[in-house]
Amino acid sequence: MSLTAIEFNNVSKKYSQSGDYVVDHVSLSIYEGEFVTILGSSGSGKTTLLKMINRLYEPNEGTIKLFGEDITTVDPVKVRRRIGYVIQQVGLFPHMTIAQNVAIVPKLLKWNKSKISTRVDELLSLVGLEPQEFRNRYPSQLSGGQQQRIGLARALATDPKIMLLDEPFGAIDAINRLNLQDELLRIHGGLKKTFLFVTHDINEAFKLGTRVMIMNKGRICQFDTPSHIVKNPADDFVSSLIYSSREQERFWEGLD
Amino acid sequence: MSVNLWMQISDYFFNNSNDYWVSVKAHMEISFYALLLSALIGITCGHLCVKHKQYERWIVSLFQVLRIVPSLAVLLLLIPIMGTGTGPAMVALVLLAIPPILMNTVAGLEAVPPFLLEAAYGAGMSDRQVLWKVKFPLAAPIMLTGIKTAAIEIIASATLAAKIGAGGLGGIIFTGLGLNRMDLLLVGGISVAMLSVAAGLSFDLTDRFLFKYKFVRK
Repeated sequence: MSLTAIEFNNVSKKYSQSGDYVVDHVSLSIYEGEFVTILGSSGSGKTTLLKMINRLYEPNEGTIKLFGEDITTVDPVKVRRRIGYVIQQVGLFPHMTIAQNVAIVPKLLKWNKSKISTRVDELLSLVGLEPQEFRNRYPSQLSGGQQQRIGLARALATDPKIMLLDEPFGAIDAINRLNLQDELLRIHGGLKKTFLFVTHDINEAFKLGTRVMIMNKGRICQFDTPSHIVKNPADDFVSSLIYSSREQERFWEGLD
Repeated sequence: MSVNLWMQISDYFFNNSNDYWVSVKAHMEISFYALLLSALIGITCGHLCVKHKQYERWIVSLFQVLRIVPSLAVLLLLIPIMGTGTGPAMVALVLLAIPPILMNTVAGLEAVPPFLLEAAYGAGMSDRQVLWKVKFPLAAPIMLTGIKTAAIEIIASATLAAKIGAGGLGGIIFTGLGLNRMDLLLVGGISVAMLSVAAGLSFDLTDRFLFKYKFVRK
């Protein structure tokens, strides 16, 4: 088996002293090179789980290790610079050009100018945007899908081993979303990185994930390959998810 | 009458052009330093207000109250403490100019959307880098609007500074009032108005130049 990239050991999180656990004593291991999708409805704790990995949230209990290193022993700023992070709202900085946005982390790490500029062009090509055309534009001049491609390029800038994606395609229309999903698979396949992808769309989760983690009420219901989950749903929640997706399929077939 | 007035004005410029430009320069200097000082205080306090919410009410109300005291009253009140000259004039102008800068700094910093801060922290920026690379640049256009308002108020009110011997275009106006000379009133008044307009325009140009991203074609 390959290296363990991310390891959770009995990790819990609650937002107030008296409240319920948002993430409830979760233990898991994710191996290098996996594409893990986390599927759950809102409030299931999937985003909280993700944000504890780059220390935007701190767990109340338990330990998280990246490649065997306990992340509480590392400066959060350093942890985050090693991890690519993409959010649903994209979060491109409106006062910076596309090239400046993509170059943020390399600049923080004080790369030299020519290295940054080569890397920016490389990344723009990787996400399917012509560097000459896009470098000097501002984010407001791009469509939503193009913006999220830049968000992806920015997160990949320093070639991080781990990528965290928090519903990155949640606000993008269906056709563009399919394109972006395919590109993301292509990028993942070419780079051998560990991807963690949060979504509430069951089709997206099962299409992208080499393994799918299904969460409900702060717990992991099932964490397995898509085909195993479909063959042996672990509990009623997972069964009902698959059932609802099948229902939708039947609805489409009915229209045919 | 009006021809006569024009004659008087051109006579004034012919005989006193030196004094005139000295006054203009003094006026601009007082205004510039007052603006610099109030921007320094206003932006620092604005940043503190956003960083430490519990002080916001106190800081904002303090400067609002000080702002209510008429500038002329401030000048006269300060005479026993600071005497006359540029010092008390500066205090009065700074007090006048802080509130718009302070309020707009607070508004600008608070208008930065939380997801941009999340993206900044997620990319691995430290608190200081988030402040200088994201928060201030994004708040800057609103802050600049506050500074523009302050500049126009300062230039108009710096006229009063002449009352306590700080010089500036106010001197020409007060002389005109004293001698009942319309030409001097016009020269002083129009000059102050022109300075105000010029300041406003140059801030608009600065805005266009510094924040190109707001004006790009979609």
